[in-house]
Amino acid sequence: MNFDWQYFLKALIQLPEYIPVTLIMAIFAMILAIVIGVIITVFQLSPFWILRRFAHFYISFFRGMPTLVQLFLIYYGLPQLFPSLRGIPAIIAAIVGLGFKESSYLSEIFRAGFNSVDEGQIEAGKALNISKITLFWHIVLPQATLNALPATGNTFVSLLKETSLAFTLGLTELFGEGKMLAGESFKYFETYLAVGILYWILIIIYTWLQSLLEKELLKPYRRDLNEPDRSEGPVS
Amino acid sequence: MSLIEVKDLSVNIGKKKILKHINLNIEEGTVTALVGPSGSGKTTLLRTLNLLQIPTAGSLKVGTTTAIAGKIDTKTIHDLRQNSAMVFQQFNLFKNLTALENVANPLIYTNLANKKEAHKTALKILKKIGLEEVITQYPATLSGGQQQRVSIARAVAVRPRVILFDEPTSALDPELVESVLQTIAGLAKENITMILVTHEMDFARQIADEAVFIENGEVLSKGPAKELLSGRTSPRIDSFINSLKRSAFA
Repeated sequence: MNFDWQYFLKALIQLPEYIPVTLIMAIFAMILAIVIGVIITVFQLSPFWILRRFAHFYISFFRGMPTLVQLFLIYYGLPQLFPSLRGIPAIIAAIVGLGFKESSYLSEIFRAGFNSVDEGQIEAGKALNISKITLFWHIVLPQATLNALPATGNTFVSLLKETSLAFTLGLTELFGEGKMLAGESFKYFETYLAVGILYWILIIIYTWLQSLLEKELLKPYRRDLNEPDRSEGPVS
Repeated sequence: MSLIEVKDLSVNIGKKKILKHINLNIEEGTVTALVGPSGSGKTTLLRTLNLLQIPTAGSLKVGTTTAIAGKIDTKTIHDLRQNSAMVFQQFNLFKNLTALENVANPLIYTNLANKKEAHKTALKILKKIGLEEVITQYPATLSGGQQQRVSIARAVAVRPRVILFDEPTSALDPELVESVLQTIAGLAKENITMILVTHEMDFARQIADEAVFIENGEVLSKGPAKELLSGRTSPRIDSFINSLKRSAFA
């Protein structure tokens, strides 16, 4: 087997230098996706049909188009229509493109999160004369956020991997650097394996952090993690 | 003067007539049991008294607030709900709040008390019904009986003029029913006005002053609970009570 272990290890040591670019892109795109995702969710749940229609169109448009096409539209296409956007940094274009794309998925996840809060609690709140906004902020939102957390985490995992498409805009991130190394050395397998393993490690770390967060946040709600007091105490 | 006055109240859901021309007066400090077969409209009537269900025709007055069908706005709903609180069949506790917060936070959210006062009030009520041990626990970690008692405490805390109970024990395991019934009986002794939808006939006979028998969306009969629920006043009520007994032994 013609596998150059030495080169593989060298790539594995050299490539992490580009992890910060990948992470910056993923984190900022995720923040943007969450902000837009929340707005689109609010539109989806709005009583106004025009906002619901717009949300439906937005989700359909951004989910239906390949990520690469969206990145090209933003980076190469928009400056043609708006010359002031000429020279926009590739990393900004990538963050915006990925953020818009993932927001369409997130808004569906958030909507499911809101719908999973049972109607009974909302009805109890209404019966107690709690205003809709207070009810949303203190009761619905915290529960919807928890319910949406696992799927939101999966979106971040996808996003992290999709940042590799940013090399097509000329940005040197983890995959882009790997591509260059492979081109110079012709050691394609070793280089791309190192790149793949680094993405994998990032995702393992993220998944572990998310599971810790989920465990901590869900602790109060889980009967098996608490000692339920099933005794029916005295009634005075 | 009656605390609650229901006049010619009708409720349609879609094309279905759920309540038809209901007339009812409920005095302050009394316990009224709403009884009748499943699907007769008892729960709809209870929900209409809190305007969780908007009436199609007629009017209802709770305390000083009158709601007339067709003229019910958000202010009317807000004013009317200040007089009442509701206890639901499925407890409907706020799952992200502890037992104490479930009772205290509605007081804070509705500006009835500041945080300190609300917690003091909540603690006092929860202690009174024997739940001081579970105040820091979340609903998911409580038994059904405890959840329902927290939900009763939540209703009591807002100091309503009337508490509406919608089959408060029907979602509970039989061994947990007693503690909830004792809690409700405790409130009855304090002369809190209560309207109770229930299938617990013995309990209703024991604590209710008045009973209303509803069938097919109409008030078939009303009168003193002990008399009406003995079944001796009407063959229909007698057959209903017997059917409940049969299903209890089945």
